[in-house]
Amino acid sequence: MANYTLDVNGKQHQVDVESDTPLLWVLRDHLNLTGTKFGCGVAQCGACTVHLDGAAVRSCSTPISTVGDMAVTTIEGLSDDGSHPVQQAWMEHDVPQCGYCQAGQIMTAVAFLKSNPAPTDDAIEQAMNGNLCRCGTYLRIRAAVKTASSHL
Amino acid sequence: MNTTINRRSFLKASALTGGGLMIGFNWFAGCQPAIDPLAPVGDWSEINAFLKIAENGIVTIMSPNPEIGQNVKTSMPMIVAEELDVDWKHVIVEQAGLDTVKFSRQLAGGSDSIRQSWAGLRKAGATARHMLVDAAAQRLEVPASELTTSAGVITHAGSKRSVGYGEVASAAALLPVPENPTLKEAKDFTIVGTSRKNVDAPKIVQGEPLYGMDFKRDGMLIAMMEHPPAFGMTVKSVDATAAKAMPGIVDVITVNTRPDGFQAQWMDVTAFPELVVVLGRSTWEVMKAKKALTIEWETTSRLENSAEQSASLAGLLTGRTAEVARRDGNPEAAFRNAAKVIDRTYSAPFLAHNTMEPMNFFAHVTADRAELIGPIQTPEALRKSVSQLLSMPEENITIALTRMGGGFGRRLYGNFGMEAAAISKVAGAPIKLIYSREDDMTQGTYRPAYQVRYRAALDANNNLIAFHVRGAGISESPVFANRFPAGTVDNYLAENVVLESNVSTGAWRAPRSNFIAGAEQAFIDEVAEAAGKDPIAFRLELFDRAMTNPVGTDNDYDPARMAGVLKLARDKSGWDATPAGVARGVSVYYCHNSYVAQVLDLTMNGNQPIVDKVWCAVDCGIVVNPDAALNQIEGGIVDGIGHAMYGAITIADGRPEQRNFDTYSLIRNTQAPKAVEAFFVDNGIDPTGLGEPSLPPVSGALANAIAKATGKRLYSQPFAPALEGLELPSAVG
Repeated sequence: MANYTLDVNGKQHQVDVESDTPLLWVLRDHLNLTGTKFGCGVAQCGACTVHLDGAAVRSCSTPISTVGDMAVTTIEGLSDDGSHPVQQAWMEHDVPQCGYCQAGQIMTAVAFLKSNPAPTDDAIEQAMNGNLCRCGTYLRIRAAVKTASSHL
Repeated sequence: MNTTINRRSFLKASALTGGGLMIGFNWFAGCQPAIDPLAPVGDWSEINAFLKIAENGIVTIMSPNPEIGQNVKTSMPMIVAEELDVDWKHVIVEQAGLDTVKFSRQLAGGSDSIRQSWAGLRKAGATARHMLVDAAAQRLEVPASELTTSAGVITHAGSKRSVGYGEVASAAALLPVPENPTLKEAKDFTIVGTSRKNVDAPKIVQGEPLYGMDFKRDGMLIAMMEHPPAFGMTVKSVDATAAKAMPGIVDVITVNTRPDGFQAQWMDVTAFPELVVVLGRSTWEVMKAKKALTIEWETTSRLENSAEQSASLAGLLTGRTAEVARRDGNPEAAFRNAAKVIDRTYSAPFLAHNTMEPMNFFAHVTADRAELIGPIQTPEALRKSVSQLLSMPEENITIALTRMGGGFGRRLYGNFGMEAAAISKVAGAPIKLIYSREDDMTQGTYRPAYQVRYRAALDANNNLIAFHVRGAGISESPVFANRFPAGTVDNYLAENVVLESNVSTGAWRAPRSNFIAGAEQAFIDEVAEAAGKDPIAFRLELFDRAMTNPVGTDNDYDPARMAGVLKLARDKSGWDATPAGVARGVSVYYCHNSYVAQVLDLTMNGNQPIVDKVWCAVDCGIVVNPDAALNQIEGGIVDGIGHAMYGAITIADGRPEQRNFDTYSLIRNTQAPKAVEAFFVDNGIDPTGLGEPSLPPVSGALANAIAKATGKRLYSQPFAPALEGLELPSAVG
C-alpha cells in the first residue's frame, strides 16, 4: 500500500491503495465518485473514460501510480449542475437509453471538442468510435456532439 | 389506512408512512432530479398506489416496472399523468420497488410493459382525477359534473372559481374510489403522443448513482466469483491460501444456489450453480485475489465444440424426424409437382447479451430478513426463488430496483441475485456481488445458436404453391409456425427440432425473432427473385392472399397491417426510384404485437458495408412518447445490424472463446447507419410492443442489400468474416 495525493475535480484527495490500483477503482471505491463506469476492465469499451490534464484516458487501465500530479476530471466534475454544453446537448437530443455508457461518451466528446471544436461528421464518428453503446444510441451521440460543437 | 379505499379499490391505497415498504427506496429518494421544476410543499396525500400529491400540487408518480433503457420510467408515468390531467412539469417520477400488493406484472420483457399496463395506468390516473374532482365539488359545494380539470387545476366555470389538486388532495384521498372512471378520448391527449425527455437524463449526464453497480452500504463487502471455465465443469477443490493472505481480503467461500430439491422456475437459468467467491473490502483487491485462487475443476459432462454443434444442427435439419408445428394442404405433393424449388439453410451462433453494466446485485441476509437491491427484469420471480433458496417467507424479502445498464433479456434470469443472497447468508454481512466482464461473457444464458432450412415451391407461372420451414436450435427451435408466410400458401409445413446442450441459453432481445426474421426475409427475397418478381410486390401478393382468402385459421398476424407498413416503407423510401450506386434491401416482420417494415440503403466501401440509411415503418398503435420511441427504433436497428454483422460466441472444449470486447465485436459508432428515419402508423390502436420489433427484420434488409451490392447471398451470421473474404464485383447496385 502507498499514499497518493490526487487532484480530482479541483479537490485534493489522499488515498492509501496498492500502486497498481486502476484510477477507476480509486474513483469508485475510495472517493465515492461512481459516475465513471466499469464496463470491460481492458480499455475496450470506454465506459470508464476520464480526463487527465484534459486528455481522455481509460481509467480502468490507468494505474494510480502513473497519475502523479495530473488533474483528474470525472463526469461529476464537468459542471455543478449539468450545464456543460455537452451535457446540455446530450439532454437536448435525449441520447440515453440505459445510460450506463453515456458518462464515458460525454467525457470522450468533451476532450475531442477541445481539440477539434468544429468537427466534420466523419471526425465525430471516428472520435467516438472507441466508446461502445450496447443500446445503439450512436446516431444521437453524433448529433449531440455536433450540437455541442456549435455551443462551445 | 382508509378501509373504504382498500375495500373498494383495485389499487390498494395506503397512507404513506415512510416506513415499512418505503425503506428500500431511501437510497433513491436521496437522488432528487437535478433540475427540479418545483419542490413539493407540505404533506403528501397518497391517492392510490401510483401517485401522491403534495399540498402545492406537485405530483409524484411511481413507475412500477423495471427500467432497462426502454424508457418506461418516463412513458408509464406519462400515461398516468395524462389521465390525471396534470402539467408534466409538476411531476416527479419515482421508481417503485417490488410490491405485488400495489402493482401487477412488474416485469421488463416481451416489449409488454406499456401494452399490458396501458389500461391500468390510465385507470389509475383517471381514478385519482375523479376523486380530486369529487373533493373539489364538496369544497365548492357544486355538482362534480359542473367541474372541469386542466393541468392540475379544477375549475367551476359558472362561479369562476378554481382549486388546485394539492388543495383538495388530502380530502380526495379519503373519498370512495370510483369503479369505472371516465377515460379521456385520444383526441384530448396532451401528454401521450408528445415527446417528453427521459426523466433520468439529468442524473445520467451528471454521473449520479443510479445503477446497481453504484450502490453502497456501510459495512458492505465486495464479492466476486469464479465460475468453471467450461460448460460441463464443476468445482472440485479450492486452495485459497494465497488469496486469503492478500490485502483487503476477508474470506473465500463456495456457495451453491441449487440446493437439493430446489424447484427451478423458468428464469432460474444457470450453468454454474456452484461458485467460488472472494469477499473483500474493495473491488481491485478482490479482483487481484481472484487471480490468486488455485481451483481444480472437474469435468462432469461433455465439453462441446461449436463445429460439432453446427454439424449436429445441420443433421437435424435434414433428418427424418421433427415435431410438426403446423401443416396445411399437402406440401410433399406440391413440392413433387413444383416447376422450381428453392432450398436454403441459414445459421447464427450463440450471442452474449453483453449489457454494458455487468451483472451485479446487493444482498443483506440476516436470520429472518433479506434485503436485495439491484438490476433485475423479473423481481417477482427472483423473490420467489430467493425465498426457496433461503427457506424464508417471501414477505420477509424486499427487492428494490435500480436503473439497469441494459437488459436485452439477460436480467430476466436472476441467478446473480440468487448468488448475492447465498453469499450474504454465508458471509453474514451485506455484500455486493459484481461480475467482471469476463465472468459475465463466459457464464452462458446465451442467445441460442440456430439453424433454419427453408424450401419454397413455385409452379410454372411462378406462383408460390408450397412452403416448408424446419428450425433447429440449442436449445429451442426459432420457428413461429403461425406467422407469415403461414396463411399465404395452400401447402405449408412448419417443423421444429431441438438440440440439447450443457451451454445455457436464454431469451435475448426479440427471442427467436432476432434470428428467424432475417433468415425468412432473406429467403423470401430469393423466392421473389426466382419468381422474377419485385421483392415488395411479391410480399404484397402474399399478404393479399392472406387478407382475401387466408389458409388456416390460426394465423397470428394481421396481413393488412403487414401490408400497411410495407407500403409505407416503400413509398417513403421511394423504392421504385432507387438512387444510382445504392443497393437496397427490404424486410417486413411482425413480432411483439407490432409490425415493422424496413428499406435499407447500402454502399460498399471495399469489403465494408456502409449503411447509408434505414427507412423504417412501424405500426405499434398509439405512440406514447414519439422521440423516445424513435430512440428505441434506432437502437434496435443498430443492435440488429451489429449482431448480424459481428456478433458470435463460439465454444471450444466447453470454453467460450470470447471473453471480453477485444474478441467479441460489438458494433461501433463508425459502423452504425448514417441515418434512420421512422414513420409511425397513426391508427389509434392501443399501444403494442416497441422495445424489440425494430431489431428482427433489419438483418434481413441488410442481407438483401448486401446481395444487391455484392451479388452474393450470405447465409451464416456473423456476416463480416464472409464479406472479408469476398471477391467483389466492380459495379454496385
